[in-house]
Parts: sequence; C-alpha cells; structure tokens
Amino acid sequence: MSEALAAQSPWQTAAIVRIEKRTPRVTSFFFRPSRPFAYRAGQHVDVRLTAPDGYQARRSYSIASAPRTDGAIELAIEKLDDGEVSPFFHEVAAVGDEVELRGPLGGHFVWPDDDGGPLLLVGGGSGVVPLMSMVRHRAARKSTVPVVLVFSARVWDEVIFRDELIGLDDREDGFGLVLTLTREAARRPADYSRRVDVAMMVQAMARLPEPPDTAFVCGSNAFVSAAAQALTDAGVAAEIIRTERYGV
Amino acid sequence: MVTRGFVSGRRPPTDGDARIPPGQYLEQGFPVLSAGPTPRVRTEDWSFTLKHGPRPIKKWNWAEFNALPLTKMTRDIHCVTAWTKFDTPWQGVLIDDILADAGLEPPTGFTLAHAFDGYTTNVPVKDLTAGKAMVALLYEGKPITPDHGGPARLLVPHLYFWKSAKWLNGLQFTTRDEPGFWELRGYHIYGDPWREQRYTDDP
Repeated sequence: MSEALAAQSPWQTAAIVRIEKRTPRVTSFFFRPSRPFAYRAGQHVDVRLTAPDGYQARRSYSIASAPRTDGAIELAIEKLDDGEVSPFFHEVAAVGDEVELRGPLGGHFVWPDDDGGPLLLVGGGSGVVPLMSMVRHRAARKSTVPVVLVFSARVWDEVIFRDELIGLDDREDGFGLVLTLTREAARRPADYSRRVDVAMMVQAMARLPEPPDTAFVCGSNAFVSAAAQALTDAGVAAEIIRTERYGV
Repeated sequence: MVTRGFVSGRRPPTDGDARIPPGQYLEQGFPVLSAGPTPRVRTEDWSFTLKHGPRPIKKWNWAEFNALPLTKMTRDIHCVTAWTKFDTPWQGVLIDDILADAGLEPPTGFTLAHAFDGYTTNVPVKDLTAGKAMVALLYEGKPITPDHGGPARLLVPHLYFWKSAKWLNGLQFTTRDEPGFWELRGYHIYGDPWREQRYTDDP
C-alpha cells in the first residue's frame, strides 16, 4: 500500500508510551501517534477500540498536554464504572499497546489566540483536562496573559494535576489557581469549600487585571449549567462563554 | 486493527443492530451538549421568523406558532459524540406546515437554521420537507426543557443531532449551502450518521 493511500484514513495508530495515575479515578495515558500532528490548547481526539469480532467503540477525550511539546499526547481518562472504553484503559491497557486515534478535533473550545486574554477557566472534575492544556501552553510559552482557573473537585485527593497547578500558582506570574472542594474543607487560605457560585466567580475575576476576554467552562452537564449560570449572573456576557459538557 | 484485550464492549441488542449507525453506541439517558450557556427564552419573548436571504417572509409569536397543526414524530436520534437514542417522542410543527402557513414554496435548495444564542446550522431543503423535519415544541408530551433546546428546537432526526438546532428562532433560505456554527469548526457540511459524516474530511 502506498503512503498516499494509507494517509487517506483519518485514523492512525498510537502507542501508549507512559501511564501515570493522577487520582484514584483518573489516570493519564501518554500516546505517541504514528503520524504526529499539531493541535491547539483545548482540542480533543477520538479514540477507537476494536474487538476481535470487529465491534468498535469510540469516545472523545480532551488533550491535557500543551501543544508544541515533544509529541506525546496526554489524555487524562476518568474511570466510569458503567463505561465501555474507560474501563479498558484503566484495567487492561499497558505501555506498548496501540489504539486508534483521530484528531485533532474541535474548533470552538480552543484558546483562539495565543496572546488573547485575560482568560477565566472553570473546570469541574475531569473537565479540567482541556483547561490544563491551556494552562500548560501558557507556561510553556512564558506567556504573561492573565489567567485564573477555578477548579472544583469533590475532595483534595481528586484534584487532578494538583501539585503541578499549585506549582504554577506559586510562580505568581499572572496565573492564579482557585480550588473549591465540594465535600471537604479547603486546604489553602484563599480556596473554597462549596459548589461554584456567583460570589466565587466575582472573586475569581477580581484576580484578573481586567474582565476576561473569554471564559471556558468544562465539566459534567450539571456542573457546566451551574457554572455558566453563575458566570452570567456575575455579569459575564453569554457571548464570551464557551462550554464543553459531558455525561447525561 | 484489533485492540489487545478489548473484548467485552457494550454491544447493541441484536434486534437493535440495524438501527445503530456505524461508530455509535446505544444510550438510555439524554446527554446535553452545547457550545455555550443555556439561554432561558420565555415564551412571551419567543418568535420564529422565516426568511429568504435577508428578507423576512413571515414571523410567528408563541401563540400563533402553537396554533399551527401539531404532528407527532417518534424517531431514533444520533449525536456526533457517538451516542444513539431510540424512539425519542416529539411533537411539533412540520416544516411543511410552516411553509404552507406562510404560503411559500421553497425559493432555494438550502437553509440556515438560526437560534437565540447565535447558533446556526445548515440543512438542505430536501432534508426538511416531505415530513422529514419539524420545529419541535414537546418532548415526551411536555414542553422541551431549556437544556434540550426549549421552548422550540429544530428536529431533523435523520442527520447528526447538531443539525437539530436548539433554541430555534428562525429558518433562512440561502442561495448556496452556507456552513453554520459547527460546520465552520471542523464538522461535516451534511452530517449523515449512516455514512458516518462526522468531520469535515469525512467523505
């Protein structure tokens, strides 16, 4: 088969090169695509698994890694008990395994301009993943664009990328992290222990030198509904709020 | 390429096989997806406008629109994020009945559906007429909730569900097939689930 013919399939194989447990329920899988591709912070890929009888399952996963890194793509996958694809990754997948991957995908939930901002990022649970790509992109580029991330998790140990985020927060270079735990007391002085609400959004925005240019909200449908409502109630125009939802 | 160790899977029931397009799985719930916050459109502020290019042909308010003939449509729906849901029961006004009320023969072959949040999506006229599509007002016999596109959403069940625009407020006939919101952001211009037309580069 010629190269040209092979290139016609949008699917390609990608090998798992590293696996890293992030939280009790979330594990990062690092993939090396056979045909490396450029992507933008916030985009996702489709992953396809094929059973011996030809049955296929596909799911979309957001990319957690920053664009323009060494080529390995990090997907942070949450284990869903009634899931079909995530249990495969958590229980079966090992370094060296290959899956099929297609991407990059999505042209809306992306940081539109490397220097556009300020940004307000609001993530719930694994909804932080595409936002993490933006935060890492900013850090990798030594960007000074003001960014605040409000990250809601149930408990401290479920804060995905916790040490890395706190490390970035400590730099005090224009990135601010606001953690809110819904089932535990706050651990850091300026953090919260409740669900996202209007007051929290107002206080988060006060950490930006000017109102946000774009707000990105990602998480379960219930989380995104509540967070987007809190943002609009806090005076953020609906036109600048971009959402990504998952789950029923 | 067979994936090592992937055996179980969530196979569809045998009798449902023929109803599930390639790459889709059967979903019992009703997931919510949208590109922005959910607009809360009050029925007293609601209107639906039929346009030919920039020119309005006819505009209905909520009461006028609800006075049009109501049709039931129970269909399988297919979301590009890979879930398929069987037998979703809708009631609404067929596009045919909207055109009849406006006394309009389709002036072009293409439309752009418009929504209160600025969302747009393109649908060819042949996919809207002859009983194929409606402006849905009820789901399971009740007003459609805001999350699912209420007060009114487009229902074009034979295409991927992003074509069934939520919070619909108008339908515009266009001279050319003009890509809408997602079609400009990497999604297929037509979106037939049976041909798996998910993304721009799908045949």
